[in-house]
Amino acid sequence: MSAATPARPLLEVENLAVHIGGLVAIADMSFAVPAGQVVSLIGPNGAGKTTAFNVISGYMRATAGRIRFEGSDLAGLTPERIAARGLTRSFQRSSVFAGCSVFENALMALHLRGRAGLLGALLALPFARREEKQLHAEAEALLALVGLADRAARPADSLAYGEQRRLGIAMAAASRPRLLLLDEPAAGLNPTETEALMALLRALRDQGMTVLLVEHDMAMVMRLSDHIVVLNQGRIIAAGPPDAVRRDKAVIRAYLGSAAEEALHAEA
Amino acid sequence: MSGGESANRPGQFMGYALPWGFVALLALVPVVFPDPYLLAVLTSAGIFIIGAISLNLLLGYTGQLSLGHVAFFGLGAYASALATLGFDIAIGFGLRLQVAPQPVWVGFLAAILVAGGFGWLLGRLAFRVRGAFFVILTVCFAQVLRMVALNWVELTQGPMALIGIPGFALWWPGEGVVELTRKDQNYWLVLAVTVLAFLLVRQLVQSRFGRAMVALRANESLARSVGIRVTHYLTVAAVISAGIAGAAGSLFAHYTRIIDPDVFLFIYTVTMVIMVVTGGKGTLWGPVVGGFIFGLMPDLLRGTAPPEVQWVIYGAAMILFVMFLPRGIVPALQALLRRRAA
Repeated sequence: MSAATPARPLLEVENLAVHIGGLVAIADMSFAVPAGQVVSLIGPNGAGKTTAFNVISGYMRATAGRIRFEGSDLAGLTPERIAARGLTRSFQRSSVFAGCSVFENALMALHLRGRAGLLGALLALPFARREEKQLHAEAEALLALVGLADRAARPADSLAYGEQRRLGIAMAAASRPRLLLLDEPAAGLNPTETEALMALLRALRDQGMTVLLVEHDMAMVMRLSDHIVVLNQGRIIAAGPPDAVRRDKAVIRAYLGSAAEEALHAEA
Repeated sequence: MSGGESANRPGQFMGYALPWGFVALLALVPVVFPDPYLLAVLTSAGIFIIGAISLNLLLGYTGQLSLGHVAFFGLGAYASALATLGFDIAIGFGLRLQVAPQPVWVGFLAAILVAGGFGWLLGRLAFRVRGAFFVILTVCFAQVLRMVALNWVELTQGPMALIGIPGFALWWPGEGVVELTRKDQNYWLVLAVTVLAFLLVRQLVQSRFGRAMVALRANESLARSVGIRVTHYLTVAAVISAGIAGAAGSLFAHYTRIIDPDVFLFIYTVTMVIMVVTGGKGTLWGPVVGGFIFGLMPDLLRGTAPPEVQWVIYGAAMILFVMFLPRGIVPALQALLRRRAA
């Protein structure tokens, strides 16, 4: 682990282990995500990246270990509680609220930005109406940010694949979480779309969101990340800034192989 | 669309004038056609429409199939009847529970609270078991209540039925507070409660609350990831849905003046499900449209065909609707209007 940051990290994963049945999905994983950075979790398929995401975001239980977000333990919290604390995620497969328009999707994702409950709705209280207007404005801004403003009225499941991915990221970022977990956001995107995605992620970081990324697109990971954690078979085999990871013999030998070289050349 | 009520988009006319005009027409029926049979038919259809509106909240908006919905209807009917008749029963340990006869409005509130309370209980229990298990649980719930109503003779009179239930007492123009015994009075009362139930559900589903319910139906894990608390929203939806069904049960009890354990019959749940599904679940007008069609059909067919043939026609109509308009009548009409507009 790099001890480069003096302040307490935003997310701390300590000795995390996840056993699914008899299978060891994650053996022993520790890493930290400092605030304001883009941290990438990389590794071959089956290395435990998505499992780690599922545990951190509350969709799976850890067998052992501890996850702390802003210093407090996340153990036993449901995904919705974790989201309310400021940690949200996107999903690997494009996932939207089917049957609802793009705009409705954005509104639904802004759930945590509102607080109107039953009474506000039933009595159409002034504060609830104001909030509703506010949420509509935020939804418009959100769609504009990811370039989907002109798609607002379309059913979300009729969008092109790349557009659905962008909508998914926008929805995860909608509540302005302090930590955003993105599961392979670049999967299946063409180079232009990937370029747009990187710009979007940088914009989110500049808005104050910390980003934890699981990604296979090495060129993107190398260019975007401040810190990279390399997993193999449920264990961390290297961690550090892109330049160090890129040169790390263990990483090149054990996992990246020729892909690393390609990434290097692509970079140069 | 199905959730977000773009239903009202084709202009102010469709969204405002048309529904209120429709209500005004219905309100004029007892004046223009003071036929007791017609009013009786419309009143019982109205009570079922309230039931269908409440079921739609669960089935249409949160996507939970409750096949025990009649339980809340029956609970409301019994709660309201017992509160207004009063009762005196042994509750064990040498104690007795005595309730003196209460005014009807107390019974109406009791119906909503008792049904809503059981809705909460069922919501808490059932949303731990999902899918098919939830459906089975709801069916069993209604059956168990029917057994209780049949066998707890001291409280419910069992199969002998609760009789002599007072009619609804309301202030009536020119007459002061009276017991509503006339057909037209009960008709107007049911119409008013139906409109209230409709407006209540509309307010709900067009709000942040309603969006959360639809989000859960559309994609539960995504909904949780954006911070929507599953149990909270499903439980509250179940409570409100059950409370409205309880209100319908209360209207039923004070309208028919007699109830027996058959108010818990499975067939009534099925009727409500058919109304919601054929009309269009997850749309505001679906249960109303479906409710009118399937609430009035048995009476329209009466006298024209023997009962067996009536049921065949009823079943065939249902199958045809589901086959040709699988998403329901209202969504099909909306799609048609959109195409015409485009």
